[in-house]
Amino acid sequence: MIARLLHGVPRHAFALLAAVLAVLVAAPVFANDYVLTILILILYSAYAGQAWNILMGFAGQLSLGHALYVGLGAYVTAALYVHFGIGPWVGMPLAILISVACGAIIGFLAFRFGVGGVYFAILTIAFSEFTRIGFDHIDWVGGSSGLFLPVANYTRNDILLLRGQPVMFYYVILALTAVAFVICHGLLRSRVGYYWQAIREDEPAARALGINTFRYKMIAIVISAGMTAPAGVFYAFYYNNLFPEQTFFILRSIEIMLGPVIGGVGTLFGPVIGAFLLTGLSEALQELLTHVGLETPGAKRVFYGVCLLLVVMILPNGIWPPIARLLRLERRDPET
Amino acid sequence: MPALLEVTGISKNFSGLRAVADVSFTVPESAIFAVIGPNGAGKTTLFNLIAGVFAPNTGAITFCGDRIDGLRPDEVCRRGVGRTFQIVRPFPGLSVEDNVTVGALLRHPDPAAAMRRAHDILGRLDLFDKRRHLAGALTLPDRKRLEVARALATEPKLLLLDEVMAGLRPTETDRMVEIIRKLNTEAGLTILLIEHVMRAVMSVATRVLVLHHGAAIAEGAPEAVVREPAVIESYLGVEAV
Ligand SMILES: Nc1ncnc2c1ncn2[C@@H]1O[C@H](COP(=O)(O)OP(=O)(O)O)[C@@H](O)[C@H]1O
Ligand SMILES: [Mg+2]
Repeated sequence: MIARLLHGVPRHAFALLAAVLAVLVAAPVFANDYVLTILILILYSAYAGQAWNILMGFAGQLSLGHALYVGLGAYVTAALYVHFGIGPWVGMPLAILISVACGAIIGFLAFRFGVGGVYFAILTIAFSEFTRIGFDHIDWVGGSSGLFLPVANYTRNDILLLRGQPVMFYYVILALTAVAFVICHGLLRSRVGYYWQAIREDEPAARALGINTFRYKMIAIVISAGMTAPAGVFYAFYYNNLFPEQTFFILRSIEIMLGPVIGGVGTLFGPVIGAFLLTGLSEALQELLTHVGLETPGAKRVFYGVCLLLVVMILPNGIWPPIARLLRLERRDPET
Repeated sequence: MPALLEVTGISKNFSGLRAVADVSFTVPESAIFAVIGPNGAGKTTLFNLIAGVFAPNTGAITFCGDRIDGLRPDEVCRRGVGRTFQIVRPFPGLSVEDNVTVGALLRHPDPAAAMRRAHDILGRLDLFDKRRHLAGALTLPDRKRLEVARALATEPKLLLLDEVMAGLRPTETDRMVEIIRKLNTEAGLTILLIEHVMRAVMSVATRVLVLHHGAAIAEGAPEAVVREPAVIESYLGVEAV
């Protein structure tokens, strides 16, 4: 299994990955709490982006409603914890299951009836919006006034209940991101991965090669939804408060996809690079502006906009593909 | 020779337009069966009916003794019918070898085995040296051969070729004719092809069906069919042999 995952990966790519991972593992030793907070944001965005990328980047189905699965993951585990004291790791399988079920329903409705492209995207928006409105009225999870996890000044880290200091959250999200990366790498190299890419590139041609496209699109949405739920679990226990208006808001869905779009849709590194660029630079910019006394609340949004514009105009495939060529990290070289 | 494909009385209407009208024919095992006819005669539609893109309005299609009309394209492919598209549809963002590997995965679920199989087929179609190229960057003759390679990778018993020689220069056409003939004699593959290039049809086909306005107007050995008045009038008369 391991040998298969490594097959065809250039040796220096592997070395580079190991180096990046080593730096990230060692980061808390050097980084102060502020930098750690930003790294957490970056990794969170990389993780969610990676999960979104399975559906859009690999299988070519544009979801604009991934906040739905984040929200479900967050609310399910938070409610279990608040009401029954059930820890997030125990609640997570249920959260994943519910996200998977929702993904399956959306997928079935869309793919069974041949809904694709913008119409599929609109369907995903509709579902997350309906869910947002629904959660506004579920008193058990606080309705529109929100659900709050008990907060205390934690002196020790309780990894089982995800209560503790930033450094613990940092390692949790780093582990999640690393696992997601490996899973996506494996998926992309498997039969499923080939079939997804074929569907993304040309669905009728994929069908003509014996691919049951309905089935493989269902697999894509189910895995993508299931993988997004843990991002929600992390979100809930890290921020300790959940409001339907924020959690299921369409802007959350857009934010999830910005990383992979900037970094490179359909690539393994795209979501990670995109997250570093967008979150890292926008936080740095915010910090800089605050320092020089230019407190502009919209600066972050403007920065997002400028980034997107630049990438779309100059690098329509995202920033990773040219970097990969530069570092000779590609498995296939169109020139040989 | 036992019949591999049996088409009986199939028709297909597109909102009033009768694209295929009551067509029947039989393709024996290891034949090279050609379908000819002017543009808009319904040839591609006939292929789409066989390949499962559309279900026929009337009639039946039997492959290897089983009804396949009404099955989905992927199910038809699974049964052993491979097809190419007249307007080629490579997976443009994937490499040539990955394009063919997608096809090979149908019978070889392990990607490494499928890739080996793909390399094998690419070698036979003179595309091995270009295996790492992006499919979207290939020239038309290469794309046409990639289209054939990908269909072959699904290991079909019957191969449907929709105008794979259209737009090729004479030397490229001869190369394709050679490939088709080899697939038929060496691999024992049965081939149903749509072709406009009469020279090619005359040289490879064992049997020819002529379509005109959706209807079959003649069928027989190539030399006999081109002498039929109806064929000369509706088709060859315009293009000349
Ligand atoms: N999907 C479709 N919808 C509507 N009309 C179609 C469709 N496909 C083909 N036709 C029509 O059916 C007729 C036969 O087309 P086609 O089978 O492509 O002919 P050929 O391949 O012999 O040139 C044409 O008049 C064409 O416009
Ligand atoms: Mg045609």
